[in-house]
Amino acid sequence: MSERFVTRGFVGRRGSGSTADVASRIPPGQYLTTDFPVLSAGPTPRTPLDQWSFRIEGLVGEPQTWTWDAFMALAAREWVVDISCVTKWTKLDMRWRGVSVDTLFEHVELDPAAAYVVAWSDGGYTTNLPVPDVLNGQAFIAYEYDGRPLAPEHGGPARLVVPARYFWKSAKWVRGLRLQRDDEPGFWESLGYHNRGDQWREERYSGD
Amino acid sequence: MNDGKEDALMDDASGRDPMADQVLDGNAVAGSLASAFGADVTAVPGRCAHCGTVSVVGTLRAYVRAPGAVLRCPVCDGVVLRVVETAEATYVDARGASYLRFERR
Amino acid sequence: MARPIDWQLSTVTAVRDETPTVRTFTLSLPDWPGHRPGQHVDLRLTAEDGYSVERSYSIASEPERPAEIDITVERIEDGEVSPFLHDVVVPGDRIEVRGPIGGYFVWEAMLGGPLLLVAGGSGVVPLMAMLRHRARAGATIPTRLLLSSRHEAEIIYRTELDRLAAGPDGLQVIHTLTRSQPPDWSGYARRIDEAMLADVLEPLGDSTRAYICGPTALVETAANALVRLGLPAERVRTERFGPTGT
Repeated sequence: MSERFVTRGFVGRRGSGSTADVASRIPPGQYLTTDFPVLSAGPTPRTPLDQWSFRIEGLVGEPQTWTWDAFMALAAREWVVDISCVTKWTKLDMRWRGVSVDTLFEHVELDPAAAYVVAWSDGGYTTNLPVPDVLNGQAFIAYEYDGRPLAPEHGGPARLVVPARYFWKSAKWVRGLRLQRDDEPGFWESLGYHNRGDQWREERYSGD
Repeated sequence: MNDGKEDALMDDASGRDPMADQVLDGNAVAGSLASAFGADVTAVPGRCAHCGTVSVVGTLRAYVRAPGAVLRCPVCDGVVLRVVETAEATYVDARGASYLRFERR
Repeated sequence: MARPIDWQLSTVTAVRDETPTVRTFTLSLPDWPGHRPGQHVDLRLTAEDGYSVERSYSIASEPERPAEIDITVERIEDGEVSPFLHDVVVPGDRIEVRGPIGGYFVWEAMLGGPLLLVAGGSGVVPLMAMLRHRARAGATIPTRLLLSSRHEAEIIYRTELDRLAAGPDGLQVIHTLTRSQPPDWSGYARRIDEAMLADVLEPLGDSTRAYICGPTALVETAANALVRLGLPAERVRTERFGPTGT
């Protein structure tokens, strides 16, 4: 990157005074935030719960669909995780409640050829992940944040959360997962963002 | 553009979706688009590939608080343009426009 | 001469308070290619570790002032850039600028009128460039500015607007205050709505060119109303500044 003019006295809105143990939880190039910024690529979808469903399809024995009530009956748990957005904010100890993707996969028979997952959402957003990245507690469908139902501007009624990746992979307003043999770059992955998005390797843009 | 109004929320009893007030227009992305196209495009008409409405880029509804900017048709909300600025390049996805019309002088 | 898409270094040569929370910065730009009223610039601030942010600000000054521009910035309490501009920047400081930017939200005297300018809060900034240019050009095009502010003390450019409106060249400034009004207030006392716009537009007529700038909700209300009142959509130009109530 070329020499950049430095603006006298400018520091920016950064988490000041993080202690040493907190600092080690902040991925490279990230800054601590205490609020919960809202970033969106479009109007907030508003699917009423009686019209909402969650579906797993593609390279599975039989596709599976849950209504909201059926989804609420699934085994759920709490997660407390750190979240990093590619726009550089990191928020620690975010408390979510939801259903692990492992739990959802117990209800379908994964075809051995299923190597990738595409998550799709109301409003047309998609993101992609390799199947191993969503297993073993690494991904969940969250419907509560901080003890309250997930607000629409933060992806409610339910969103995908994948804490080990930049937050653009945590698709808001998620409605399903499609298992595929081939990878399919999603909304931001197809326009310059990194296909995997591991914040600890600072995988922000393709080519990083 | 937002003249620096990042997080202020509108005090509004009208029942509008508060997120609707965060929507800007193509003027807010004019600098990035100018660096990509080499000239200002806010007065360039584009035809929405989803519904056929022709709007100038300055009137597209812009969602800029995201990893990139998404410009949507003011009539059907379909995505017309997407813009991402990385460290080295500006990406523009114009598939949502069935055309952009650059008038010659 | 720099191209509008290039970043160039400006020097702050003057700072002036417009209201308790709104300040104007004069930026000297030796390589400035000139601008059109309504255009804006992007500012870029970079910290020592490379962290940088950009913000857009409308140019407040008329093109008739060579090699310098004014930007008018409202200080947003928890903002990242405006508190820095207000609290840290002093004359002599240098700031990276790119521009001028924009070709849609532009008015020049040669476009003619009548002219209706509608603004909420700091949305008045690009319209002020238009009015200052109009005065310098000696135009007598019938023009009305409808300016919405929350409180009287927050009206930006009040004194200058009073002076411009007192002149003989056909400018009228109409105020509305939406949160509080002084005891002797004779202007409007509510948010801009269709009835108000109908009254304001009426003497100008339906070949009026309209420019609306401010918070998104105000812009959409006003633009929809003016089209319903009979103005062709192409003559109603808009620039949205995002949320904050006015």
